[in-house]
This record gives sequence, C-alpha cells and structure tokens, in this order.
Amino acid sequence: MSDIMPSDTAPIGSLERSLQDDVLVQVDNLVKHFPVRGGGLISRTIGQVQAVDGVSLTLKRGQTMGLVGETGCGKSTLARCIAGLIPVTSGKVAFDGQDITNLSRRAMQPFRREIQMIFQDPYGSLNPRRRVGSIIGDPFAIHNIHDGQKRKSAVQDLMERVGLNPEHFNRFPAEFSGGQRQRIGVARALALRPKLIICDEPVSALDVSIQAQVLNLLADLQDDFGLAYLFIAHDLEVVRHVSHDVTVMYLGRVAEQGPRATVYDSARHPYTAALLSAAPAADPEAAEARQRIILTGDVPSPINPPSGCRFHPRCPKAQELCGRDEPALETRLGDPASHLTACHFPVQDGEILARGSRRDPR
Amino acid sequence: MSIVSLLEVTDLHVGFSTADGLVQAVRGVSFNIESGKTLGIVGESGSGKTVLTQTLLGLAPGGQVSGKAIFGGTDLLTVPPDQMRKIRGAQISVIFQDPLTSLHPLYRVGWQISEMIRAHEKTVTKAQATARAVELLGRVGIPRPAERVHDYPHQFSGGMRQRVMIAMAISLAPKLIIADEPTTALDATVQAQILDLLLRLQQESDTALIMITHDLGVVADIADDVMVMYAGRAAEKAVKHDIFYEPHHPYTKGLLESIPNSSAAGGRLRPITGQPPSLINLPSGCAFHPRCAYVMDRCLTDEPALTAVGDAGVHRSACWLPAAAIGLTEEAEAQRRRMVEQGRNEAAVKIAEEIAARPEAAEGSVVA
Repeated sequence: MSDIMPSDTAPIGSLERSLQDDVLVQVDNLVKHFPVRGGGLISRTIGQVQAVDGVSLTLKRGQTMGLVGETGCGKSTLARCIAGLIPVTSGKVAFDGQDITNLSRRAMQPFRREIQMIFQDPYGSLNPRRRVGSIIGDPFAIHNIHDGQKRKSAVQDLMERVGLNPEHFNRFPAEFSGGQRQRIGVARALALRPKLIICDEPVSALDVSIQAQVLNLLADLQDDFGLAYLFIAHDLEVVRHVSHDVTVMYLGRVAEQGPRATVYDSARHPYTAALLSAAPAADPEAAEARQRIILTGDVPSPINPPSGCRFHPRCPKAQELCGRDEPALETRLGDPASHLTACHFPVQDGEILARGSRRDPR
Repeated sequence: MSIVSLLEVTDLHVGFSTADGLVQAVRGVSFNIESGKTLGIVGESGSGKTVLTQTLLGLAPGGQVSGKAIFGGTDLLTVPPDQMRKIRGAQISVIFQDPLTSLHPLYRVGWQISEMIRAHEKTVTKAQATARAVELLGRVGIPRPAERVHDYPHQFSGGMRQRVMIAMAISLAPKLIIADEPTTALDATVQAQILDLLLRLQQESDTALIMITHDLGVVADIADDVMVMYAGRAAEKAVKHDIFYEPHHPYTKGLLESIPNSSAAGGRLRPITGQPPSLINLPSGCAFHPRCAYVMDRCLTDEPALTAVGDAGVHRSACWLPAAAIGLTEEAEAQRRRMVEQGRNEAAVKIAEEIAARPEAAEGSVVA
C-alpha cells in the first residue's frame, strides 16, 4: 500500500510552521462575493451575493472540522475557496504554513495533490463512460505518477483499501450501487495521499445502512493516513459523529465555532440551539421530551443580508441591539477559549428557548 | 379488529415486467390505518415503499397487481380510472418529495390550487376557488396569502413550496394523506416546521397520514405505528415504541444501530453489511439472509411469515428468531445467539463467514 506515493514529501520547514505545527489549514477573514449583473445591453454589477463574508477557521492535522448550516449559508463556497477552485474576494487561506490564496494554476499545482474533494452525488461526480480503473487512476495520470502495470496495481490497492473488489477494475460506474460509487470517489481522492480531504455532503445521498459503512471507512482512513477532513453536512448527528471541531455557519458568517462536545452540549448561539432542536433524533422518547425551537420564516437573501446580526429577524431572543450591531465572534459566558459565539445574548446553560411543546397530550 | 379501518390493504403484490425479468417491487404487504393515525413506512431505496402507495392511487401503470385495498367500501385496486380520479385528490391526497417538480412552473400557485378544487367540485366558481386557495395558503402558514396566491412556484423557497403542496393536499379535506418523503429535500429547521404543520393539520381534521420515509428520525417524531420494509415485504410492524426500543427483526435492529447517535460520538458505527438485493433475482428464503448477522439454515430455504412477537400481539416480525428474543438487551442478544448456534449447519456458517469477512463488517456484530 505504501508504495502508491513515492514518499511523504517533507514540507519546507519554516519558523512559522514549527510554531503552529499541528495546524494544517488556517483561514483568515475569508470573503467571497459573487457579482450580480443586471440585464440589458451593458451589464453592470448591481449587487453582490455575499456568499462568504469574513470566515476564519483553523483545521488541525489529522482532525475533522464539521461545517454545518442550511442551504445557502456559504459552506460549499467556503470549501471551494479553500480548495482553490474559485478565487477569493479577500482574506487569506494558508495550507501547511504557506499562503495559497489566489495562487496561479501552476503555483497551485503542488497543493492540488494535498487537497482533494469528495462530492455529494456519487452519480454525478463519476464519468459514466469511463471505467472505474481509469477514473481512480486519473490523479496518477495528471501528476505523472506511475504508469502501465504499476499504475494498475496502485489503483487496485486503492480499490481494495476502500472496500471494492479490485477485479472490478474494468467496470463502469453504472455497474456499482450508490455506496460503492461513493467508495470510488473516496479511492480517487485518496490516490495521491492528500493531507486534506474536503467532503461535501459525502453521505447525504446514501441510505442509512450504507451511510454507516462509508462513515466507518472515512474514520479508518483518517486513522491510517493521518488525513484531515473538512466535513460539510446538514445532518447534525452525522457531523457530531465525525467531527473534532464544529463550525456553524449562517448566511455567510460563522455563528458558532468550537470543539464538538462544547458546541453540542452547550450551544450558545440561538441558531445552533434551533438547529439542534430541529434535527430529528431516532428516539421517540427523546423526540417527545425535547423542547423544539421552531424558527419562523426562511433564510434571507445573501444579496441583501439583514443589518446587525444576520440572524436577528428569525431569532427568538432578538432585541433592538441585534438589528444595529454585528456581534463579534468571541468567547461568551465563561466558555473555554476555543468555543466562540457571535451573539449579543448567548443562550445560558439550562435556558429554554422553545415556545412549549407542540404536541397535544394524548 | 373491532375498529373499522379507513384503509385496509391485504396481501398486495406488485410486479413490473422488464427486459431483464420480473421486478417484484411489492411482495405481499398487508396493513391498515385508522382515521387520525399516522403510519410510518420506513425502508431503504428499492424496498418498495413508494411503489406500494402509488399502486394504491393508480399511479403505477403497467404493474401486475394482486391483492386487496379496501378504502371506504371500494377496492382501490379494481376501481375504474374515472372513479379513481374522483377519489384521488378528494379523499386521498399525496404530498411528494420534490415540491419544485410537483408544481407546474408556468402557472401561478393560486391557479394550481383552485384548479384542483374546481376539478372535483364543479359548482365552485373561479372567484370562490381563489378565495379558498388564499384561505388554504394562510392555514399552512404562508405570510400574506392574498398576495402570494398570484406568485409562481419559483418565487417560493423550498419550504414554502412544500407548504403550497400541503395546501393543495388538504384543499378538499381528504380522509387520508400519503406523504412520500415530504421533508427529505428540506433543511433541518424547515423540516421541523413542515412536520409541525402536518401534525397540527392532522389533529385539526382527524385525517389519517401515511408517512413514507427513509429517515427514522422523522418516524420517531410523528408516527403512531411503523412498518419497516425490506425487499418488497414488511420485515416488522409495530407501534412506534416497540420498533425503536423492542425491535425483533435483525434488519430493524441493524437500521437503528447504523444511525450515529450522541452517546457514542466518534465511535464506530455498526452498519448492515452488503447491499440491498436486486428485486429481479431475490435471494432464496428470507431476502435479508445474505446481510443478516444471525443467518440460520432455515433462512436460506424458507421465507418467514409476519408473525406475532412480544406480548401485546400487535407487534409482528418476519424472522425465524424466537418470538421472545426482542429488544436490544444483553439477555435478548444471548437468546438470539443460542438460537443461531442451534440453527446453523454448514450452509449458514459459510454465509455468516462471508458476511463477517466483508470490509464494512464491524467487529463482533456477526454471530460467528
């Protein structure tokens, strides 16, 4: 197995690197705006979709950062910025101690090996007309590693590692089930022994029993290869299961960030609390006992985000201050220094936000 | 059963002939549902849960159907299409998963709702129908309904579109609503809003609800009874509590153990190994046996019938394990293991070894 990649290329040792040796990805105040152009003959920019608006996060080596939020909160855009797939508007992305923000294609090339992605749709992300052996072998072809028989055996090693039958080398994606296709995607991402794999909703399209198989596989690979994951999902139980740290995003900003246990056990931001209370648990007694916070309305448009705290129009705790001042992302209510919340009126321990149980007593 | 059921389905079979052979989508499913109750039908892709309900509504043309489905004295499987058209929408309505493709993009939502009303109630005028559409949109929690009634589907968000679908589904006060994965495409907070709305509407009007989902969390939230389907059959049927806390069928148990839960965050999940079977070439005996950690010899040859397990008599499971071996306790597990040891010879041992050798098998999950 270990001969797939020549060796773990030793990174350039710098003072900065040795200072923060366990940090793999450092994102500082990242902003990504997409221009909105008006119609007509001369299209001019009439607004900005503020997809990501000042997000910072730190991902440590060999760990998993869970990225949670609803549709349109900017989590996928953030992932694409980190992977260098789209240019960022401002801010900084550092990978392994080196600034990789808006690098040229050529300068980015060595980092492409280190950062790989797994996508949500195992059907859409594999070319249906190519054999899986050649799909998984693509990273080798692009980076000129191995050829001929050697590449084939490397690909077969990878297939075996992710739980596929290596003899199925010559099959087409259509001959595999959804879970197996996701394994093909994992094998392809793993080929160059990256340091970081960005998983964008990797199990959302899979059935529960298959989902568990893929989550176990990802956990094993993390242990074996010291991979770091940026794990995007909307399923909070899945994120809780896989993550060391969690970042909750709302409308392009970070609402709350911190170690898994503290974020889940003492959610400070009312949005986090609402998300947690809304997630259905497969446990009828817990579902019955839970105080549900039903948020009103929908996520506002990122073209015209609300003033002040972006969550304030839907927040059960909102006060006048919230519409005026943007709360800073900082430690609140005596939390550990790693647990940050952007809220003027964070949720106290034991505080109940729900409007009471919705269920009639039966 | 002393209470008259609203819908009583008996031994329903649905098959489709294809170039590759007969797809046995539903293989002998029976259930009934009463007014005001919610039946959750749970299963993975290809378990037949959607075909089952579409057949009831005459929406699965070309199927080879047998069995009975008595709804208000008529058999839904044999009614002529024009009579079915009167039942569908008015007495039984459906909410589909994807509200964007279920709404016509070129018509205003108010028009789509009033069309539904006018199709069934010929005497209603356009103005009356529109007024009812406005009232319905208000009931499902759409702000400013009098204005929104003139909007097109693309002007609504996903959750709002699903509310429009629900408004349409309740427009004629049906006795039964079939909701096919109604919240799967929605975000968690919106899902909570929609489930909340469905429950409230159901309580207001004593409607029966069939909730088809792959998400056990949704079932835990709103169902009264649960039917777990596997490969076109009911693997287990029980009241919600028993499915979650006293499961009997290894498939139900496997589903529950596959879900990440808060108490074991970061630990290993215990997935069901292997893949669901092809509905053309079903395994012999119990269709679940190639994935079952408790496979025994008779599972390879005989298909177990749905029989009563536990004490109450309403809990039924299609499995050869002893009826008393229910639940997730160590005692039940020991009982299962004893039974498996006695029930296994060469053939079953070989399959158990294959299951344990699969890369996704969790340690100790297969009785070896």
